[in-house]
Amino acid sequence: MGAYLARRLVTLPLLLLGISGVSFILLNLAPGDPAEIVLRQRNPGQAPGPAAVAAMRTELGLDSSLPAQYARWVSQAISGDLGRSYVTEQSVAAQLVRRTVPTAVLTGSALALALLVAVPVGILSARRRGSPEDTAARLVALVGAAAPSYALAYGLIILFAVKLSWLPALGYGSPAQIVLPAIALSLAPMAQLMRLIRASMLETLGEDYVRTARAKGLSEQTVAIRHTLRNALLPAIGATGVNLGYLLSGSVIVETIFTWPGLGQLMVGAVLSRDYPVVQGFVTYIAVVVLLVNLAADVALRVADPRLRFGRVEV
Amino acid sequence: MAVVTKRREEHSPLEAVASGAHGRRRWAARLLEPGTALGLFLVVSLLLMGLLSPWLPLDDPTKINLSERLLPPSPGHLLGTDHLGRDTLSRVAHGARMTLLAAAATLALSMTIALAVGILSGYYGGWLDTALMAVVDLLLAFPSLILALAVAGALGPGLFNVLLAAGAVWWVGHARIIRGVTLGARQTEYVTAARAVGAGHLRIILRHIAPNILGPIVVIASLDVGWIILGIAGLNFLGLGAQPPTPEWGAMLNDARPHLQTSPRLLMIPGAAIFLAVLGFNLLGDGLRDLLDPRTGPPGG
Repeated sequence: MGAYLARRLVTLPLLLLGISGVSFILLNLAPGDPAEIVLRQRNPGQAPGPAAVAAMRTELGLDSSLPAQYARWVSQAISGDLGRSYVTEQSVAAQLVRRTVPTAVLTGSALALALLVAVPVGILSARRRGSPEDTAARLVALVGAAAPSYALAYGLIILFAVKLSWLPALGYGSPAQIVLPAIALSLAPMAQLMRLIRASMLETLGEDYVRTARAKGLSEQTVAIRHTLRNALLPAIGATGVNLGYLLSGSVIVETIFTWPGLGQLMVGAVLSRDYPVVQGFVTYIAVVVLLVNLAADVALRVADPRLRFGRVEV
Repeated sequence: MAVVTKRREEHSPLEAVASGAHGRRRWAARLLEPGTALGLFLVVSLLLMGLLSPWLPLDDPTKINLSERLLPPSPGHLLGTDHLGRDTLSRVAHGARMTLLAAAATLALSMTIALAVGILSGYYGGWLDTALMAVVDLLLAFPSLILALAVAGALGPGLFNVLLAAGAVWWVGHARIIRGVTLGARQTEYVTAARAVGAGHLRIILRHIAPNILGPIVVIASLDVGWIILGIAGLNFLGLGAQPPTPEWGAMLNDARPHLQTSPRLLMIPGAAIFLAVLGFNLLGDGLRDLLDPRTGPPGG
């Protein structure tokens, strides 16, 4: 376990360097001179003169070579400085930190909701395979996988905020305002988890040790909870990375619709206004989160599944 | 791996078609299952709408008529009009064409990259394999929409750039699957035999390895179209892709946002179109997977 953790922790900075490097190159290959973009942002409607552009290039450090610029960005990033926004001139790192809480609250609620529904439904669906409840659950999972979060979000707003006036449509701050965005965001991971838990539950129910447990005369309830559930939930832990991807990708759209002041909204705004330092900082920040969560999930999987710890099963 | 490859081969789509009455019955029976049949119906309707939209008796989808703004459905405009007085039915129908073209282009681009990377990696192995798979792992860890958003942001707005961005991030998982199949095929006796009689690399790849990849590719592609449609419409919805007045479903949703209170219909119609298209491809893809991949049982299991 120690050696495994050490190996993973050593590769982590390399992966980060890779992702931030790719996005740095990409953003620098983008058409248009950043100095000109900044000047246009700050003085709308005016064409910047060559002298002003040259001065701005020096100010932004754009006249040194690309590797030198990247090296400087990395050395500053290590000390927590991700540069300043072209548009607002605010510190990128401070903006990212400020917007993390709303996004964490939203994705956390959505994940909790997804698990709360998907685990019991997935288990029941597998135990009563072929029943009307099973069919209904699989139908919901199918619809959940196909429904675009943006259409679903507007469906929820139209129904619960416009027609019924039960819940506020937009905004951030009160507990009622989180209900609709959390539901909209939870549907995709919920559908995925439901299918996954049902499938792994079915597989586990066919294992020899489950047959043995039944042969011992244990009740179906005990067999399901003591012998099947733990193994059936392992793939759900293994799918953490995939679900984090769903949640973060979905949060970009859901936050934009519900005017939720999180990271996704910041990213969309930065992409549309070509605010490259913010895009670069955001990509790096998400990479850190994704890599750390994946690492935590892998460690949790090893704790929960002794077969992995002793190297009997390669994953 | 070799076992899996062999089983795949026994049930390859070509063989299922070629093996006569039994194979045909199996195909027909599977396509008639309710889910797959609904998927087939939705996909065929979408294809017809996309192919025929320029020739159907519809209004010009970009014709602005400010005296007919935000009209409810009527015999003249079956689905009403939008905030610029354009016919919603016509825009949805032309949007189907846009969606299909965009999905096809993205699929072609991502499959080309996935095939190149997967075959190179699986066939040649060694340091090339290590390097390519390191890139794949790196990209796999990253949320795809955010990556596509960053690429689209760097390229600037436009439908073509959104397609490039989606294709550039979508190949990653497939490259891994294709690599696995290639690796398995490379270790079979018939490839060793082909090499022993002096066949070149290209010939081995095309004649002996490519047929193994065909089945998985059909399944991946059919399961993928739905996700691609969702992703591209999402990028368009965020305002990065199709620019006005192009009739595109995601962009239509974006246009309709200010009219949420007064004309929710304008949001529900493109939303439902995206949902039905994605549902259709997902159902059809699930059906094809059950048919082509013998390892997963019938839909009940």
